[in-house]
Amino acid sequence: MSLATATAPESAAAAAAPAGRRQGLFRAAWRHGRTKVGVVLVGLVVLTAALGPFLSPYSPTELVGIPNRTDVEGTLFGTDGIGRDVLSRFLHGGYTLITIAVSAALVGVVVGAAIGVVAGYRRGWPDEAIMRTNDMVLAFPQLVLALLVMSIIGPQVWLIILLIGVSHAARVARVAREATLKVVEQDFVKSAEAIGVPGWRIMAGEILPNITSPLLVELGLRITYSVGLIATLSFLGMGLQPPTADWGLMINENRIAITVQPWSVVLPVAAVALLTIGANLITDGLSRASIGIDRGVEK
Amino acid sequence: MSRLILYRLGYGLLTLFVVSLVVFLATQALPGDAARAILGRDATAERVALLRDQLNLNDPLAVQYGKWLAGLFTLDLGDSFANARPVSEYLGPRVTASFVLMGLAALIATPVSLLIGAYSALRRDRAADHATSAVSLVLAALPEFAVGILLILLLSTGWLHLLPPVFAGSASAVLADPAQLILPVLTLVLAVSPPIIRMMRASMIEVLESEYVQQARLKGLPERVVVWRHAAPNAIGPVAQVIAVQLGWLAGGVVAIEFLFAFPGIGLALMDAITTRDIPVIQAVTLLIALVYIVVNLLADVVGLAANPKVRVSAR
Repeated sequence: MSLATATAPESAAAAAAPAGRRQGLFRAAWRHGRTKVGVVLVGLVVLTAALGPFLSPYSPTELVGIPNRTDVEGTLFGTDGIGRDVLSRFLHGGYTLITIAVSAALVGVVVGAAIGVVAGYRRGWPDEAIMRTNDMVLAFPQLVLALLVMSIIGPQVWLIILLIGVSHAARVARVAREATLKVVEQDFVKSAEAIGVPGWRIMAGEILPNITSPLLVELGLRITYSVGLIATLSFLGMGLQPPTADWGLMINENRIAITVQPWSVVLPVAAVALLTIGANLITDGLSRASIGIDRGVEK
Repeated sequence: MSRLILYRLGYGLLTLFVVSLVVFLATQALPGDAARAILGRDATAERVALLRDQLNLNDPLAVQYGKWLAGLFTLDLGDSFANARPVSEYLGPRVTASFVLMGLAALIATPVSLLIGAYSALRRDRAADHATSAVSLVLAALPEFAVGILLILLLSTGWLHLLPPVFAGSASAVLADPAQLILPVLTLVLAVSPPIIRMMRASMIEVLESEYVQQARLKGLPERVVVWRHAAPNAIGPVAQVIAVQLGWLAGGVVAIEFLFAFPGIGLALMDAITTRDIPVIQAVTLLIALVYIVVNLLADVVGLAANPKVRVSAR
């Protein structure tokens, strides 16, 4: 998705014909300098993660020299705590993080949007029931909810995606519901109702297309948070398990040796930092574009 | 308004009840035998039976929950599996230590970010404003542990060697060596500040463009008085809710920070308990974090209601 976000503005700018709503959003976002910076940062990190495994000089689990040395021959950044090549582990460690983070964000936005639209369109008791249940999920900080469940079942990839996704969904649902409430008031929804279009088609065909802007902003925001949360989980030892090469786990494994071998911590921290910063810059550009404010005011 | 607040309060209690149910079900009633999960595959039958008894696992689920909940009210949270001490006794000093950490972070972050936000609004669209906006955007995106590691690299191992990178000391005397507190507190401050700064800036800009500020200026009041007497106090209202939400975030945010700096608080206790499968401690800490989170968000709601004149007047 980060890639899609990254390439869409170019295609939007290239299209000379009157662009659709969504392309308009990307084009408007692209006008902000920070969006461009964000696209470059995310592009760099995603490229590193995607192409890294093919470029790495060693396998991520191969022992290449004495542990925790920066001057091992044949390596650029030396060896980690048990003598594996830091560069190779770094190049292999990104795609898992990015895949899991984007999956969790997508689960969150898809489920959250569905819940929010139903709650906002149906109103009445379904709305009450959905939003009150939502509030219960919101009562846990996202990280603590994930830790609580995983402390018992154990760290599993599907569980991480599910837990982070569900806790995102509760937050996305609020936004989707607010957006839906505004659209429901419009005449085209009333006219569709008057000619007897079934409810699910109104929600899918009339409402959903009209709340894509806030949902896209949410998606960007959720990807940013997912990357941070999942890297934090791995850093806490509750994400991917050794001997997997993973950025968060690399930081956890090697932080004790940070004084003698800083690279095995610096590289993954820098990658996670650039990825989240880039994603946030794109999100900021999108949100400015979607509320039609070119300068200054943030809200 | 008091009716609305009472409603929120009752609702907060209900949330807390459901949260306790979730914590209980997640830890005690998961598929499979909790006792066997704790002791591992090769535990003897007698040990499993003993632990089942200790955990009340032989009772019906509702009775188990009732006993557990009744224990919570008397602060009897059971004994820690890992060190056999009562959980409340084990966690007591750690709770204090964590509250010291969070309290210091809150006390520093709130005024500083309000000032920065106000300053940024006054310098709107100038270099200082753009710099603040860029830095807060960057800090908002970074996971807090990454901020912590960057600070360690910067201030204690890589560039400068000013501060200790890990905390050494007991939970009961965290204030004994304040230098050790600087890095964890600074990390938390950097992590909670950006949204407050952004909200204060937006709110301040709105106020500065209002008619009563224009009136104050036309009246010939010095700019200092216009800004600090007329504009700033009115700008803080909408920000209060954001501040409360951010302080609630601290409750969960301390986990990674305490783990990073080996700070002896509830976050580190939680991570230790997860490693040793110390279920009573996991239950107590997650419940405590949720409690802080709910209470602070409740305060945020109340503050939000109180700051909204429409609600204040109409729903008396």
